Formats: sequence, structure tokens, C-alpha cells
Amino acid sequence: MIRFEKRKDASKLFTAVAPFMSVLFALLTAALIMLFAGINPIAAYAGMIKESLGSFYGVSETLVKSTPLILTGLGVSIAFRMKIWNIGADGQLYMGAMGASYVALYSGLTGITGIAVMLFAAAVAGGLWAGVSGFLKAKANVNEIIVTLLMNYIAIAWVSYLVYGPWKDPSGFNFPLTPRFSPDLVLSTFFNTRLHTGFIIALALVAIVYIFMEKTVWGYEIKVIGNNPKAAKYAGISIDRKIIGVMFLSGALAGIAGFGEVAGVQGRLQEGISHGYGYTAIIVAWLAGRSAIGVLVVSVIMAVILVGGDSLQILMQLPVAFVNLFQGLILFFILASDFFIQNRPVIKRSGK
Amino acid sequence: MEALLKVESVVKTFPGVKALDGVNLNIYQGEIHTLLGENGAGKSTLMNVLNGLYSPDSGTLRINGQPYIFRSPKDSIKAGIGMVHQHFMLVYNNTVFENILLAVSDLPFWLDKKKLRTRIKEILDRFSLHIELDEPIRKLSIGQQQWVELVKLLIRDCKVLILDEPTAVLTPQESDRLFGFLKQFKEEGRSVIFISHKMREVMELSDRVTVLKKGTTVKELIRGEFDETVLAGLMIGTDEIPVWEKDRKEFKETVLSIEHLFADKEKNMSDLIDFSLELRKGEILGIAGVAGNGQKTLAEVLTGLKPPVSGKIYAAGKDITNSDSRKAYIAGIAHVPEDRKSMGIAPEMSVDENLILKSYKEKPFRKFIFQNFKAIKENAEKQIADFAIKAGPKGTPIRLLSGGNIQKVIIARELSMRPSVLVALYPTRGLDMGSAEYVHKVIMDARKDDMSTIVISEDLDELLKLSDRIAVMFRGRITGIVEPEHTSREEIGLLMSGEAAQ
Ligand SMILES: Nc1ncnc2c1ncn2[C@@H]1O[C@H](COP(=O)(O)OP(=O)(O)OP(=O)(O)O)[C@@H](O)[C@H]1O
Ligand SMILES: [Mg+2]
Repeated sequence: MIRFEKRKDASKLFTAVAPFMSVLFALLTAALIMLFAGINPIAAYAGMIKESLGSFYGVSETLVKSTPLILTGLGVSIAFRMKIWNIGADGQLYMGAMGASYVALYSGLTGITGIAVMLFAAAVAGGLWAGVSGFLKAKANVNEIIVTLLMNYIAIAWVSYLVYGPWKDPSGFNFPLTPRFSPDLVLSTFFNTRLHTGFIIALALVAIVYIFMEKTVWGYEIKVIGNNPKAAKYAGISIDRKIIGVMFLSGALAGIAGFGEVAGVQGRLQEGISHGYGYTAIIVAWLAGRSAIGVLVVSVIMAVILVGGDSLQILMQLPVAFVNLFQGLILFFILASDFFIQNRPVIKRSGK
Repeated sequence: MEALLKVESVVKTFPGVKALDGVNLNIYQGEIHTLLGENGAGKSTLMNVLNGLYSPDSGTLRINGQPYIFRSPKDSIKAGIGMVHQHFMLVYNNTVFENILLAVSDLPFWLDKKKLRTRIKEILDRFSLHIELDEPIRKLSIGQQQWVELVKLLIRDCKVLILDEPTAVLTPQESDRLFGFLKQFKEEGRSVIFISHKMREVMELSDRVTVLKKGTTVKELIRGEFDETVLAGLMIGTDEIPVWEKDRKEFKETVLSIEHLFADKEKNMSDLIDFSLELRKGEILGIAGVAGNGQKTLAEVLTGLKPPVSGKIYAAGKDITNSDSRKAYIAGIAHVPEDRKSMGIAPEMSVDENLILKSYKEKPFRKFIFQNFKAIKENAEKQIADFAIKAGPKGTPIRLLSGGNIQKVIIARELSMRPSVLVALYPTRGLDMGSAEYVHKVIMDARKDDMSTIVISEDLDELLKLSDRIAVMFRGRITGIVEPEHTSREEIGLLMSGEAAQ
């Protein structure tokens, strides 16, 4: 019989390696499923790597996908550091996209000023959207998980309303799209690929968030609150203000991801601009151990899985659902690894 | 006679720390065996090995000569070893009975609740304990909670009972009752392993003492071979005990004055009722009283963690009644909290980071918006050296330190701030003799520099030694203020029980 005992002395190495072991387990399990479906998993995985990393274009596509993951992942990580569970990065991304699009379509601003204001509007829109749940949490102790999750649906509904209604492109044959942004409000791309300046912005934000979390007095305060709110109060840290502030920052980063998608990839606002990036961000933040550098690394790995997974649809005739299943498996195994870090299995011997 | 429980050259290493380095221990049947040693000597680690929580790197464990390997606490309990941890493992919203039921869920009679109830009643009667079985745990005092932990073990008929610093959280009265119980337990031919830093208790209880130092066994002595000096000598070895003395002083200026304070009731403790007190500059004011008579509330109100219902507090003439904790601190009040683990530290953060918990915003530790890591590191090195903190390798989370060393970090932090007022609750609780003396010396030195201190303690020896005046609290009021030179333990005892109240 196997039972589980609380582990009191989990080693550092084990704690660090476990999440990656869990990805490995996910890969193995997915391989089993492919075998059942009559597909050669080795060929499938090789195809994934080749598509996502095997060519210049593949790499650029991977980095394009990693951009929103980095940004939302950073946002979710900051909140996680304080043990605030922001699972509404997706909605905040949509609000950011909406804010940026409003400026692009209606402000009349042009050029670099226009882009700067779009970025700013996206950050504020995403930040305020998340700030609502921060405010409710701080002032009335309303569970932020529920609020952020439900607000995702509201944000998505808003975008749909706008692109079907008031913001619809009059010359767009009734498709639910806004007009194209004027070319000077679209982020420049590199070497004829879809890789846009948003990726550079994401890299810069990795550095800034790293410094913010590891080197500043605020980062210290966030760590203390996440670690022991009672000690934070004892140390004179005003927890309520920090919750609202951190939630705002978290949402602002997700909002910037939305800016990148509309200004860098689509050049307009439309439905479905986030392929669940805000949810994948939760996996990213978890795997990254809430560290900014970790978010960068893990986002790129996740992007490989996403781009490679997309290619599986074509290469192996696998349905989209399979890629989703694959991601779900990874999340499942990560949670399991967390359990195994906390507990160890003990095999009960008969006899003594 | 052969030892009932024999530990032979057990080694246990943690990353960067050799907590046990070939330790030996012999527990005989029907004895109370005390483990003595400095903070961080490895006492709790050794007990956790016996309890099956840690598996040793090497060494053997024998019960009645048979080698045993414990893979989990359940194995240890099956072998008849039970342990009461310093932090109780109880479900707070469930009743006493449910908690005991949880503990014995794999015993054969578990389904038969009636039988179990009678069994528990028997045990309670045998040791004349008074606990209401259907009361939820959260309504019990700390002392009563400890009884529940004990009953959880007794119902399994354990042969060896381990108590890791059980008296640290008990009132003197509760301690006496526990000792009575332990002696009776011993008379039944069973054994007790007892850990304490309080010499008075060690002398009263121990049939045998094993002294540990740096993870090894220094000496095993039986009753008659040891007295307080012998034990102190063994424990401290060649280290010096800090010496200090209290010089006479005149006090004039008032630094803190509390006027007609009322504060709310919290669980298990009295509120403050029309509480007035003056603290003078450079004075050490002791507050005696059985825990739970409003001391914690007083400290939290003084340090701004809890708002009073009415009344005023003035610090250096300024009204600080309604400022939050930070502002109060800037006004110069430091606070050694009662509950060190739940309030005094951020457990996952490093010792360095915990040492600046109160002052991270102040000058040397902050440059503009950035933390000054050089200053933080230097500060940590200084405090660790001054207070002889066993902090483990760099970056070790503070929760991995031994109990006494965590307490030292908190005290070092609060005192290093050079506060004008220090409010310290049970400052030397859990500290070994040398460290306790050092803390007293630092408080005394700061007194020379005119720091004013409120020491809240149940240890009358400590209060009599340290204080310039002793105020006695009972049910949220002051029942008397005495001077150590002109009082007796008896007089204070009477005031503590509220009997001498005018
Ligand atoms: N889980 C752990 N990980 C790393 N180090 C540990 C761990 N547990 C204990 N230590 C270290 O082992 C040493 C012995 O600790 P232990 O808790 O046994 O001391 P102790 O004798 O009980 O001290 P005290 O009187 O202060 O309670 C200490 O230096 C402590 O920091
Ligand atoms: Mg200990």
C-alpha cells in the first residue's frame, strides 16, 4: 500500500527539478495518447521542433507567440508573489487591446506619439480592469480568483460588442473587425517576418520587472506580504494599498500584451486575439517559479509547444483539441509535482 | 539495566549544516530524561529523528535492543514513541473529541465512538485532567490544548513521551500541573524525554540529563551527579557568560504615558480596563502576570497594531493613540512580539532579510527606491556575530533555524534599531542561558543610553533581576506596582492572582 507523508526536508535541487520532470511526464503521456491514435510520437515531436525552431521563419513565429506569454506571465507572476491569484490576465489583455485600439482609431494621434499613447492606454485599461478585483479584495476581502475569472468574460463580451457594433469597419463586408490602423500606428517588424517591436518591449519589461521584484524596496514589501501578511502588518507595510497597486501592475502588463497583439500582429482589433494566452500565463508563472527571468525562458518553451502544436494539426492531421489536451496535461503534472514536493510516497510494508 | 531506547552515533545533515554529528542517547524505563543544550545544539532535530520525521544519514536506533528504522511518524507511534510538538497539531474548529478521534483513526475501536469516549474519560480521570470533550479547540487555553495533545498520545498507550520545550508557552501554574502529570506517568513505568532551558524545571524533574553540544553528546549524568552549576558548566564549556549589573539611576522624564485605556477583548484574554501607566526615560518596567490577562493586548495597542476603544497614549508628549504601526515605530517603539513564528518573521525569507523587516525603509538599507544589499549584508553579519546566531549557510530561510535562534533574530532586529522605547514580550523565552544573559545585558546597556523598556514576562526571576519597577496585571488592570528591592515573590504572586487588589 502506498500512502503519503508530509516532507519536512525537501531539497532545493528536487524542488527546482520537479516542474521540469513534470513537463517530461506530460510529454510521455501525450506520446502514449498519440500511440493509441496510431501516430508515431517521435515523428510528431520531431516535427514540432522542426517547425518551431528548425527555420528562421519558425523561430520568428515562436518569438511572436512568446511575446504575449512573456507579458501576461510577468503580470501573473507579480501577483503570485503576493499570493494574489490573478487568473484574469486574458480579460486584461482584451481590455489593453481595446484601449490601444481606441487611441489608434479615434484619437487622431500619429507616429511615435500615437504608439506611445496606445501603449499607455493599453496599460491603464488592463491595469484598471485588474485593479477592480484588487480594490474589492483589499476593501471587502472579495475572492480575487472569482472576480478576475468572471471579468474575463465581460472583457471578451465588450470586445465582441465593439467589433460587431460601433467600431466595425464600414468597408469590411460586415466582418466583425475594426478598420486597419493607419500604417504609422502599426509596430515595425523585423526581416520580413511577423516578429514586431512588441517583443523588444517584452524583453525590456522582463528586465524592469526583474529589477522591480528583486532589487527594490517594493519588491521586498511584496515578498513579505506574500510570505506572511501578519508580519507585514507588524512591519508597518500597508497591505491594502499594495494589493491594489500590484493588481494594477499585473493587469497593466497583460494590457501591454493586448497592445502588442493589436498593434504588432493584427493591425486592428478583432475577436479571438488572445489564444488563451492569459490562461497559459498561469502555467508559465507557475513553472517559472514566479521569477522574471524564469518567465522569459518558460514563455519561449511554451511558445515552441504552441507553434509546434499548431503544426501538428497540419503535419499529423491532429485536431486543435489535441494541443489543448497537451497543455492541460502539463498543468496537471505541474500540480502533481507540487504535491510530490510537499509529500513523499511511503510504501507500507507488511509485517512491522 | 539495558536502555529502553538507545540512539547510537546518529548523524543528520541539512544543506550546509551538520545538525547531529554522532549523537548518543540512552533512555531507560521509568525515567524523566532531560535534554540540555544551547540553541541550535540539535535537540529538536534529534527528537524529530526519534519521531520519524527525519531519517538519519547514519547511526542506529534500538528499542529493547532491537534495531528500528522509522520511515514516518506513524512508525514511531507504533513503536510506542509519542511527541508533543512545540506548535500543536490540532484542528481549531473541531471539538476535543473529534481531534482525538482523528489521531486514532487507525485503531481497531475507531468506529465505536462510545468505547473511545469511555477510554478517554478513563485517561482524563486517571490523571485528573479537566477537559470538556465537546468544546471546540479554539476555545481552550494553550495549557488545555497541550493536554489534548497528550491525551492523543496516551490513548495509544505510548511508552516514551517526548516534550519539546513544553513549558515555553505555559503559565507557571500550568507547568506545575504538567510536572505532576509527568511524575505520575513515570511512576507507571514509562519514560519521558523533556527539553527545557529553564534550570529550575530541569532540577525539579530530571532523573537523568544528557547534555548536547554542536550535535554531539557531551555527557550523561544521573540525579545526584548534577546541580545547576555543573550543568551550566557542561553546556557552556569554555564560552564566557556575559556579565552585567544594574546601577542605580534617577528617573525624571516620562517617555510614554498611557491614560485610561480601554481595549477590546480577544480570544482567551482579557481586554484592558481603564488602564493607566507611566514609563519613565531610561527605566525598565517589568509587567508580571499570568499570560492572558491583557499583556498581549497592551503590547499591540502600544505598538499601534490594535486600536484602543478609548483612552490616550502619549510618546514623548506626542499623541500616538491612533497612528498605525509604522508611525508608532518612527516615534520610536520597538516590539518583540509574543508569537514569534506567526508575527515576528517572514518564514521563507532569509535571515538577512528578516533582520531588516522593521527598518528596510530607513537609511542605510535603502538607496532611493533600491535596497542597499551591501548594508543589509553587513548588518546581518554584525547581528549574527553579536548575538551568536546559528544562521546556517547564506540565504537559508529563517524558518529552518532552531527555535531559540529565530527568537534571537527578532530581538537582535528590534534592539539594533536603537529604539527609545522597547516593548518586549517574553524576550528570553526559548533562549539558552548564555543567550538570555546576553539579551539582558544588551537591554541593560541600552538602559544606560536611556532606552525605556517594558518587559512582559512570567518569569519572576527575570523580572526581579532586570526591572526598576514591576507592575502586576490581573484581568486587564494593574493590581499593584512594586520595586524589586522591596518586594517578595509571595507579594507579587498575591497581586498576580488579584487577591491583594484594593
Ligand atoms: N530542516 C532544516 N533545514 C536546515 N537546517 C536545519 C533544519 N532543522 C534544523 N536545522 C539546523 O540544525 C541545527 C540544530 O537545530 P535544532 O532545531 O535541532 O536545535 P535545538 O537544539 O532544538 O535549538 P533550540 O534550543 O534553539 O530549539 C540548527 O543550526 C538549525 O539551523
Ligand atoms: Mg528546538
